[in-house]
Amino acid sequence: MAKSKTLEVGALPYDEFDKSINKYNGDPTAIIAILQDIQDHLQYVPKDSISYLAEKLNVSPAKIYGIVTFYAQFRLEPLGKYIIMLCEGTACHVNGAKLIGNAISDELGVKGGETTEDGLFSLEKVACIGCCSLSPVMVINEETYAKLTPDSTRKIVKEYQKREAAAQN
Amino acid sequence: MHEQGKTVIKVGYSTCGIAAGGSKVLETLTKEISKDNLQVVLQKTGCIGMCYVEPIVDVITPAGELFSYGMVTEEGALRIIEEHIKQGKPPEDMLINKEREEVVGQQVRISLRNCGIIDPESLSDYRESGGYKAFEKAILAMTPEQVIDEVLRSGLRGRGGAGFPTGMKWRFTRQYQNDQKYIVCNADEGDPGAFMDRSIIEGDPHAVVEGMMLAAYAIGASEGYVYVRAEYPLAIVRLEKAIHDAKEAGLMGENILGSGFNFKLKIKKGAGAFVCGEETALIASLEGERGMPRLKPPFPAEAGLWKKPTCINNVETLSNVPWILFNGAEKYAAYGTEKSKGTKVFALAGKMKRGGLIEVPMGISLKEIIFGVGGGIRDDKKFKGVQLGGPSGGCIPESLLDTPVDYDSVARTGAIMGSGGMIVMDETTCMVDMARFFSNFVQNESCGKCVHCRLGTKRMLEILNRITEGKAEHEELELLEEIAYNVKEGALCGLGQTAPNPVLTTLKYFRDEYLAHIEDRRCPAKACVELLTYTIDPEVCNGCRRCAKRCPTEAITGEKKEPHVIDQEKCIKCGNCFDSCRFEAVLVE
Repeated sequence: MAKSKTLEVGALPYDEFDKSINKYNGDPTAIIAILQDIQDHLQYVPKDSISYLAEKLNVSPAKIYGIVTFYAQFRLEPLGKYIIMLCEGTACHVNGAKLIGNAISDELGVKGGETTEDGLFSLEKVACIGCCSLSPVMVINEETYAKLTPDSTRKIVKEYQKREAAAQN
Repeated sequence: MHEQGKTVIKVGYSTCGIAAGGSKVLETLTKEISKDNLQVVLQKTGCIGMCYVEPIVDVITPAGELFSYGMVTEEGALRIIEEHIKQGKPPEDMLINKEREEVVGQQVRISLRNCGIIDPESLSDYRESGGYKAFEKAILAMTPEQVIDEVLRSGLRGRGGAGFPTGMKWRFTRQYQNDQKYIVCNADEGDPGAFMDRSIIEGDPHAVVEGMMLAAYAIGASEGYVYVRAEYPLAIVRLEKAIHDAKEAGLMGENILGSGFNFKLKIKKGAGAFVCGEETALIASLEGERGMPRLKPPFPAEAGLWKKPTCINNVETLSNVPWILFNGAEKYAAYGTEKSKGTKVFALAGKMKRGGLIEVPMGISLKEIIFGVGGGIRDDKKFKGVQLGGPSGGCIPESLLDTPVDYDSVARTGAIMGSGGMIVMDETTCMVDMARFFSNFVQNESCGKCVHCRLGTKRMLEILNRITEGKAEHEELELLEEIAYNVKEGALCGLGQTAPNPVLTTLKYFRDEYLAHIEDRRCPAKACVELLTYTIDPEVCNGCRRCAKRCPTEAITGEKKEPHVIDQEKCIKCGNCFDSCRFEAVLVE
């Protein structure tokens, strides 16, 4: 799996973790909400945060790890600068989401769930973002792109690459 | 809120409206109105359901006349201000009043009564439309038994899919004595292709809150949870505001309105697991566990959340409840069929002309929905089938289009009503691929607890993959069918028991498509990429080079003004050449 090399993880913000734990009075049954807070903050759940939570909440790390891997929302790896969420809901599927996914993978060299080596793009395939009448749809960070074709998708991705290349020069 | 004598401008501001560009429209309108200090009231509203013409802007004159504008761009917003507001000449080319009348006029909107009409973030808007009157009446003048009785007589059944009578569920939960009971709203809308729950919460959050409080009063609960998908951030924000405002107004908390009834409501964000739509899995998730189903009995009504009596109702179900209590059971029961009373919301998507949300009385036919309200098939292609009920449902063919839409008639076709997702498919959709798509979905979402679901869905998916790749043999079709029946009978929870439905219904109604893939190695809908071959007709190709330029793998070669050729080794079957050719010279077989 292509992993981000640029995003080295420094010291984890343990004070943020504590804040979240305290928000729920250290209640171990609030673990999902606490993990959501961590992911909101860091965009992923670092493995070390799991052992930290386990100790603080007095549950086994295995149990927390089990929860993290059960729910699709949680990620154990950091994400790229641009998160491409490709909708694979039924309406998008019927309207050709697979071809859109192929076009993105072909342009970036990553599959769903992977991040490009330069740490710029992560491709996430999601079940449904609820814009069925605008399908096929993808969301890049906050921006929604609707009624895609493979061709228009390639253009959009290239546009982002160009913008980044220009910013670096 | 309505200020007398002022024109009101409303911007459709749900997720779909925002995705279509609604935020830029709202920004432009806000700027223009403040710039010239125009005497108009600008409001956000929810989704009227006509997602295909979002962003929608409504202008309502002081006399109450409605001007509805569709597909409004920033320039369009400027025109509305300039031409309509300032000059009093509505730009007629942007008006969708007639279309709106056609689409909305054919509906009976009970659950969606306020969506796209009121400002979802305004408690006073909701109260002006009669909101919380039913709740006040119930806690001050009715016994819990009377509330249950009213809902029972209305014939309301669970709108999440299974269709269990809501009043009965309440009665069961009421009869278990306990110091603590819970009401839970299931807003973990997991069917990829259904978005009514999101739309109802985004468009009318107080209706869901009021519905929950009525349910809580009826069953004797003092605490409630809304279990909502984390993927619905806007719905969560609006719900939080609704709960906050209801508390401030004294409609929630201790000893509400002096009635002695206490209620508090919390939001729990789901973390992305389809199986959590199943009651016992949802409860496990609320308790901070992996969302895996538990054996029933005991049913949640007896021992649910933290082993306390718990009633779980779906968003759409709950949003109907205040209306029923306010208008009376008889009025609700006047709609629908003998066993399926009232109305149902459907999410229309796929190859439909007018995609969006509609609400119609139970019992109208699929044909009336798809070709009436839905406007028929896009690009006037031929209708092939409609998928009802998402991954747990089934595909219904053209020959059954007269099926009335009610729980029992739909179940007889092999599909289920489900939450009301309706994906329409035309001749370019491959039914084997559809079955593969849903099997892939349920296989991913199977929690892994029981063998039938965990392994059965995996084996089914493998066979379907082989069929769509043109590698399967005849015996595998029988094996597929056998596994499907085994999973249906042997799985622990609703997810597994219904997972084979898409396969079984497509096998029943579209068997010839399966056979074409197996016997002829051919996909009749030309959708299964592995079975396609793209070629260029040398008689038609004039060598314009358009396709060669678009080919991402440089598989197309040829001199300018000479017929081109596709190198089959290099071709990745992306279809760019087919889409880009202006002379229909690219053939696909």
